[in-house]
Amino acid sequence: MLIIKNLHAEVEEKQILKGINLSVNAGEVHAIMGPNGSGKSSLASVLAGRENYQVTEGEVLFNGQNLLDMKPEVRAREGLFLAFQYPIEIPGVSNINFLKTALSEIRAHKNLPPMDAKEFLRLSREKQKLVEFDAQLVNRSLNEGFSGGEKKRNEIFQLAMLEPTLSILDETDSGLDIDALRIVSKGVNKLRSSNNAFIMITHYQRLLDYIVPDFVHVLYDGRIVKSGTKELALELEEKGYDWLKEEVHAKDAREKAAI
Amino acid sequence: MTQQPAIPLYEEVVNGYHKLSASGGTKRESSDLRKARQTAFEKFREQGFPTIRNEDWKFTNITRFLKEEFTIEGLDAAIEGVPAPVVVADPVLVEKAVVPSLDCYQVVLVNGVWDGTIAGGSLPAGVELMTVAAARQDPALSAFFERSAEYGNHHFAALNAALFSDGLFLRVDAGVTADRPLHFIHTYSTSQNLLVQPRHVWVINRNAEISVIESVVSGGQGKIWVNGLTEIVVHTDARLSHTMIQTASAGVRLVQHTTVRQRKQSLYNNFTFTLPGAELVRNDLHARLEESHTESHLYGLYLTAGQQLVDNHTLVDHQKPNCQSNELYKGVLLEQSTGVFNGKVFVHKDAQKTNAFQQNNNLVISNKATIDSKPQLEIFADDVKCSHGSTVGQFSEDSLFYLRARGIGEETAKALMINAFAFDVTEKIKIPEVEVHINELISYHIPSAHA
Repeated sequence: MLIIKNLHAEVEEKQILKGINLSVNAGEVHAIMGPNGSGKSSLASVLAGRENYQVTEGEVLFNGQNLLDMKPEVRAREGLFLAFQYPIEIPGVSNINFLKTALSEIRAHKNLPPMDAKEFLRLSREKQKLVEFDAQLVNRSLNEGFSGGEKKRNEIFQLAMLEPTLSILDETDSGLDIDALRIVSKGVNKLRSSNNAFIMITHYQRLLDYIVPDFVHVLYDGRIVKSGTKELALELEEKGYDWLKEEVHAKDAREKAAI
Repeated sequence: MTQQPAIPLYEEVVNGYHKLSASGGTKRESSDLRKARQTAFEKFREQGFPTIRNEDWKFTNITRFLKEEFTIEGLDAAIEGVPAPVVVADPVLVEKAVVPSLDCYQVVLVNGVWDGTIAGGSLPAGVELMTVAAARQDPALSAFFERSAEYGNHHFAALNAALFSDGLFLRVDAGVTADRPLHFIHTYSTSQNLLVQPRHVWVINRNAEISVIESVVSGGQGKIWVNGLTEIVVHTDARLSHTMIQTASAGVRLVQHTTVRQRKQSLYNNFTFTLPGAELVRNDLHARLEESHTESHLYGLYLTAGQQLVDNHTLVDHQKPNCQSNELYKGVLLEQSTGVFNGKVFVHKDAQKTNAFQQNNNLVISNKATIDSKPQLEIFADDVKCSHGSTVGQFSEDSLFYLRARGIGEETAKALMINAFAFDVTEKIKIPEVEVHINELISYHIPSAHA
């Protein structure tokens, strides 16, 4: 589904991603962990198409197509979804109108007929229930005055409504209390299927207790320095990131010496 | 005395006034009204047309609009002292102004003249509408047209007071609540350049209530200078909701002076919407809170495009204690347009316990657009609550990206955000059909290539 090859990117002429390689197949859940500033959120931004990031090298294929050539809205219509770390408040745009507009543009892109109002309402109710999203929030302005937890749940509600094939959750667990974390995780677990895939970016192992990943990758200094299964996350939780950093620096030093 | 011989319109109005006053056309008017015309004319002749050297026109340079020649609409009829010939309204223009599915009394004017017909049924008892051409010659009503001294420092208002001939006179009797809104559709159309100076007087008597919607639309090849003057009196306990929708096309220069005088415990709500089209729009809206315990809400939204110059000058004049005023104007500036907002709040020494709030927010979409925003508070009472704020901003890139990341195309996302920005104003409209209409006008005018 997603193939990232040697991806380099910079923001304001500062190199952030320094050669990422990653393959994600349908049905898989990947966790990307790493210390602060390692490039986790930057990777999410580059994949979603945030314009202040410049890709300097490498390529990304999404269902066989060149993802990097697509505008952000086309990526979304093709089935990529980014759950924001900090969802934006937009006063005056109602949550439901926003979703209606998004869904109709996605459907038009897929040559599907527009969804009628009744069907949309039914779908919205079903998904609200699925992710335990408060019906009152649905009719409010987009994220305006929502608590941190409500905003994150709204991201998952949008995910449920738009049914992407690849979802990137950017620190969706940050700022959530245990109850909210459980609700969000339950929602994601219900949405998991053999047809879709998830990339979860997280700082803590905690989230992975609830959403069990198939693979765990550690990002450090713009590269994936270690990949493994969920046991790697437990190891990181126990030992922190320092041992990995040291390993990386030692390896770099060896490589430099070899040259 | 300022001579402005280089301005053809100046010569036209000076000559026009001399012809009118020398003729018998105003002889059926009261001597006070004729005196008022004379005073107003002298004021205008002294000042001429405003330039950027006038503080109130500092950001609004009208020189380029004064180069053309205009003839005065209805002058010949006024000189003869007969009603202006009635011209049938262009149905296409009327259609442009109609608010879909709004149940209202519809009154159509052509170049400031009403033919006396009303669509949507006859007016309810206690709501009276007549032409100003008739009212100004009625001794009982003449007094409503004699206040020209008040417009002394307003160039255009003085010109209107000197030379006006027609418009609408509306009177709502005490205690009467109109069952449906009135919709005044001002159509302007000409093949040759024309100066039209409509004068409107509305009197809302004690404890009466009415909603009036005005639309301004235009067509035709010639240019039209509209110099309107509207005087409104909202008597004790009366309530007036007043919506102005300015959608005139290019070729129109629209100068509208509206003075509202509020008596005790009256309520006045004004909504002013200016959309792309008319090259020059200047609105002077003066709310004079002449007695205590009044409430006034002024909401404005200007969406400007092309080379448009749209200027909203408002005055909230707190003369007496315990009055409340609330003002919110929002601007969205596209292409090479210019917006001006000047909001003056004057709190007199007597006006203790005044609550006066003012806010002006602007969204500048194009880097070639300009906005001049000037809040102006002059407070002479010491026990008041007054606040004002002015902001100028651009699209939030973060918001735009958030919408696009959900599959919403860039143009649609921008349209959503402009509507959202306008929402604070549009949500205040109490008539749902009008709110929908305004939102549609906004969406319609958000061009795809605007920056």
